[in-house]
Amino acid sequence: MSRGAAASRRLAWLLCAPALAAMLLVAAWPMLHALWLSLFRYDLRFPDRTEFVGLHNYLSVLGSEVWWQALFNTLLITVASVSVELVLGFAFALVMHRALVGRRIVRTALLVPYGIITVVAAMAWRFAFDPVTGFVDALPGLDHAWLAERGPAFFVIVQTEIWKTTPFMALLLLAGLALVPEELLRAARVDGAGAVQRFRRITLPLMRPVILVALLFRTLDAFRIFDTVFVLTRGAQDTESVSLVGYNTLVTRLNLGLGSAVSVLIFLCVLAIAALYIRGFGIDLSRREEGR
Amino acid sequence: MRPASSDQRKCHARLALCLGIVLLAMAGCDGQGRQAVPVLNWYVFDEPSGAFAAAARRCSAASGGRYRIRLAPLPTDADQQREQLVRRLAAFDPAIDIIGMDVIWTAEFAAAGWIRPWPRPLAGRLRAGRLASAVDSASWKHRLWAVPFTTNTQLLWYRRDRVPRPPATWDEMIDMAESLGPDGTIEAQGERYEGLTVFFVSLLASAGGSVLTPDGSRPSLETGPTRRALELMRRLGNSPAADPALSTAREDQARLAFETGHASFMVNYTYVWPSARANAPRVAAHMGWARWPGVVAGRRGRVTIGGINLGIGAYGRHPDLAFEAAACLASEPNQRLAATRGGLPPTLGALYDDPDVRATFPFAGLLRETLRDAVQRPQTPFYADVSLAISRTLHPMRDIDPARDAVRLRHAVSRALRSEGLL
Repeated sequence: MSRGAAASRRLAWLLCAPALAAMLLVAAWPMLHALWLSLFRYDLRFPDRTEFVGLHNYLSVLGSEVWWQALFNTLLITVASVSVELVLGFAFALVMHRALVGRRIVRTALLVPYGIITVVAAMAWRFAFDPVTGFVDALPGLDHAWLAERGPAFFVIVQTEIWKTTPFMALLLLAGLALVPEELLRAARVDGAGAVQRFRRITLPLMRPVILVALLFRTLDAFRIFDTVFVLTRGAQDTESVSLVGYNTLVTRLNLGLGSAVSVLIFLCVLAIAALYIRGFGIDLSRREEGR
Repeated sequence: MRPASSDQRKCHARLALCLGIVLLAMAGCDGQGRQAVPVLNWYVFDEPSGAFAAAARRCSAASGGRYRIRLAPLPTDADQQREQLVRRLAAFDPAIDIIGMDVIWTAEFAAAGWIRPWPRPLAGRLRAGRLASAVDSASWKHRLWAVPFTTNTQLLWYRRDRVPRPPATWDEMIDMAESLGPDGTIEAQGERYEGLTVFFVSLLASAGGSVLTPDGSRPSLETGPTRRALELMRRLGNSPAADPALSTAREDQARLAFETGHASFMVNYTYVWPSARANAPRVAAHMGWARWPGVVAGRRGRVTIGGINLGIGAYGRHPDLAFEAAACLASEPNQRLAATRGGLPPTLGALYDDPDVRATFPFAGLLRETLRDAVQRPQTPFYADVSLAISRTLHPMRDIDPARDAVRLRHAVSRALRSEGLL
């Protein structure tokens, strides 16, 4: 490494230092604190009775039917919503990319749901699916207590998520579409490739890194789902997500030890998902530009 | 690029200046605070009619400048009120002087040391004339921890044009409703939340049982009454007379459904009466009220008591003034105001004979009678855990298996009392 390179490296670290310090302060410290708390029996109501219990809280959580059920529910919601979002998001991205007239209006209109606060969107859907006040039940053949049964309740939760975050997916994919060189597509056309072939053989492979990044972001986001479920069912009809279990334990029951153990486990799950994408599918977050 | 050193110096100078101004401003605030009238913050749910604000103004004026009460509104949902308060109290917040406490928080807040017990002579004076069940809801371990302010309980609301006389028991009501056909619906609270706990505790008490032993340390859940209550919940959950959305219904969904006119029975709090008169006068014209149905023939129904008691924050700066102010807020004129303007039933028994109060609550006599027999929700510092255990085990009502779930419930409640495991 030359002297110049070393200096610019040092400068890079210096420039990163404030951000790094902030991250350590607001992210790493609470995480370590949660890890510490999770080793204690600690109730916020009775701080005097705090005692060290080692891994007991983890065993208690992992031995509980509630945790595994919630984990299954969360994975179900994540897989269902993210896969539909990918397909729909791609369709929207193509529409936005190819729109000839009213491009700005189309883009703005598609982004509206993403601009709405999740709680508000969930409330709106809750009222929409309510048998008394909702419009869905007024449609022919849809008279049903949607949130009162497990399957339909999952459907409402997943569709609320899809409605809300498909625009985010579409936006990320649109950025990827802009990376596909137009001349390549034209050349393929000249060679006689059809629209489907061009999409499968050129667009998709070139967009692979972008798609994986979009999927990673959305999967991590969907896995931590809280507000939609909280507003729609509060976890009833077996729709509880892991974040809701954490909330119940930490915020309602004030059980800091057990609740921190749940939080740490959620964090480990998120870490596992990220590792799966980065190692398993080979996303390279730092060198996308050079790889192309 | 490195910033030039002169820029750096300028930046530091600016920062120091800003800090100086902030510090000066803070000092200024503090100085003013010391000279002015002590401000007592009253944390209570956001009461829409303005009755609480008026009470706060009255008491501040009556204090002759010794204190001023500042209203700090909390969310209307009791769970969210508790969430906000608990986090601040656990952090020793000195800005919480007076707390509008839901009746179910008494034992928890007292055991955690977040509120102060009322001094004995004052407590004795405050108990006088107040409904015993309301005083009981504010007591724990033989001490008064809050002054009973407003109260509430559920009544049975029914359609007089469809039902000749109100049913005395739940079985009778379900029979009646089933024979009425599509309009025979019964509206109740079946969502997995506090309301389901209220429903179960009321049924259990009406059947002669209780959730905890008198000292609150162990589950009681006597086999006979528990099975009876669970059988009724199962019957209601599977009855064609139940609202199809029963398992997601809270108080407000029940109210709205009753106001459409397609329901004939509803168990709900008294606020449904002014609401029906305003929103659905045609339904209100035929609306009758009766005691919450019993579970056992010949024994009257018992319902849980709700309401707001005023507690004094343990970390407040002016506890003596806060006791005085809370006593004033919960005094007769302010209870009358809360009743007539805000529709919140009083805890002073005599007010139920007051003509203004009777005009607001035409069912005042029935309400007082129901409150006299009211049952307390389990009085334990672990109430939040116990309630979660009950509502989780018994939801949805249609899937209850009385024999199996009586055992599950006992197990869940004893785990909750030890604050063990996930719920």
